[in-house]
Amino acid sequence: MSTVPENLRYTRDHEWLSDEDVPAVGITAFAGEALGDIVYLELPGVGTTLTAGEACGEVESTKSVSELYAPADGEIVEVNPAVTDDPSLVNSDPYGQGWLFRLRLTSTPELLDAAEYAALIGAEASR
Amino acid sequence: MSAVAPPTAAHPCPERDTAGHDQPSPRRTPLHDVHRGLGAVLTEFAGWTMPLRYGSETAEHHAVRRSAGLFDLTHMGEIEVTGPDAAAALDHALTGRLSAVAVGRARYTMLCAPDGGVLDDLVVYRLEAERYLVVANAANVAVVFAALTERAAGFDALVRDVSQDWALIAVQGPRSADILREVTASDVDALRYYAIDPAVLAGLPVLLARTGYTGEDGFEIYCAPADAPAVWAAVSAAGAGHGLVPAGLACRDTLRLEAGMPLYGQELTAGRTPFEAGLGRVAVLDKPAFVGRDALLGRRESGPAELLVGLLPAGRRAPRHGYDVLDPDSGVRLGTVTSGAPSPTLGRPIAMAYVPADRAAAGTVLAVDIRGSRDTVTVVELPFYRRQAGGHA
Repeated sequence: MSTVPENLRYTRDHEWLSDEDVPAVGITAFAGEALGDIVYLELPGVGTTLTAGEACGEVESTKSVSELYAPADGEIVEVNPAVTDDPSLVNSDPYGQGWLFRLRLTSTPELLDAAEYAALIGAEASR
Repeated sequence: MSAVAPPTAAHPCPERDTAGHDQPSPRRTPLHDVHRGLGAVLTEFAGWTMPLRYGSETAEHHAVRRSAGLFDLTHMGEIEVTGPDAAAALDHALTGRLSAVAVGRARYTMLCAPDGGVLDDLVVYRLEAERYLVVANAANVAVVFAALTERAAGFDALVRDVSQDWALIAVQGPRSADILREVTASDVDALRYYAIDPAVLAGLPVLLARTGYTGEDGFEIYCAPADAPAVWAAVSAAGAGHGLVPAGLACRDTLRLEAGMPLYGQELTAGRTPFEAGLGRVAVLDKPAFVGRDALLGRRESGPAELLVGLLPAGRRAPRHGYDVLDPDSGVRLGTVTSGAPSPTLGRPIAMAYVPADRAAAGTVLAVDIRGSRDTVTVVELPFYRRQAGGHA
């Protein structure tokens, strides 16, 4: 079963946010496993304003293309250049080097804690 | 990222058929428990639960190109045609001259409709003078069986769907022969490309064929379903020292795409003849009348209006099945992408598409509508990948 770090918060769209003032955002291990090997990421540029729930990028794996949805309202302040160069970091180190961008929040997002997210993916995995 | 909800998750609940037998739907291969034990991600494909990948599909792809991969292909359908007129019946039913195939050899051929449209692409093995094994795509078994049965009427030949009698395990990759040598006393090296011979593998009777769908040297092992776990285990054990890994349908698709091999339902459909796909060679037009001959003759004379080509995108996004091919200047729709994916071997996206014949020359610059943006692509000759000479075929 996928790991769900205790110190992160999660969206129902399988993204994680770090517990920082300007959180890092990434894709969960569960999502990475479901997508397969990720080969291309299209991420919003620095300065882009995001609206929670709206598409803000693309995640392309060998077999599929998925939209990346904004996990919260905010502004992109930093994009991880390592992960755009090597998107496989999302698979190999989803909660570390595979982070996508940092988001300056403009409202308080509704997020899941680790236990809630683990319950969500447990339900999906056994569906 | 809502699309993450597992489209690939296995169906955990077997359904029972009306007779009350355990008959899961989708169907399971005799290697189902082996795949589960290996941690496979399972997917439904043509009515079967099949391994999509065991770990990283990219790693499985590279293993097949560099060493070897082990595939469960039991979903493929097998139809046996036997009897004194078996050869004549197949000459009439299919586009190829199966009567000219020697015993122990195989032929890639097609089943066409009277209008020349492709109903399935097939590998046909001649097992004995009066016994052929026709291997059909899983989704088309019923169509092929029905067509062969109808077309064999009037011939002294018996057509039987024997799909339930055969499991199919493939070993594909440059180390395949090294691996097979360890599990059979048969002369593996004497088995030529597109040849088949009865063999004993791990003490079990099999049909060993040198065929495949990956662009690499490789073997396909037909065995009794009950023997499949033992065959799989023996080949796995022998392959451990040769870099053999279990490989799923995800890498099978990227391997065949790189090799420029058509997939039924994508490159091949009832709406096109073999000529559009660049496979006119499968239509043997100088043999006696066969189903589809007149239409295929006409298509050869007129030339296809559209041709299957390779596309190399300039960018990093892959054109996918169903995307529109556009004129790069006007944006007018010219054709359709049939298959596309990031190529693990080339490290860039590749695609195949049907385009008008006058836009099919290598070097032609076209565009593909990739989810709303017009991406530049260049027409290239197929295949994208060809293995080093020196091996078989």
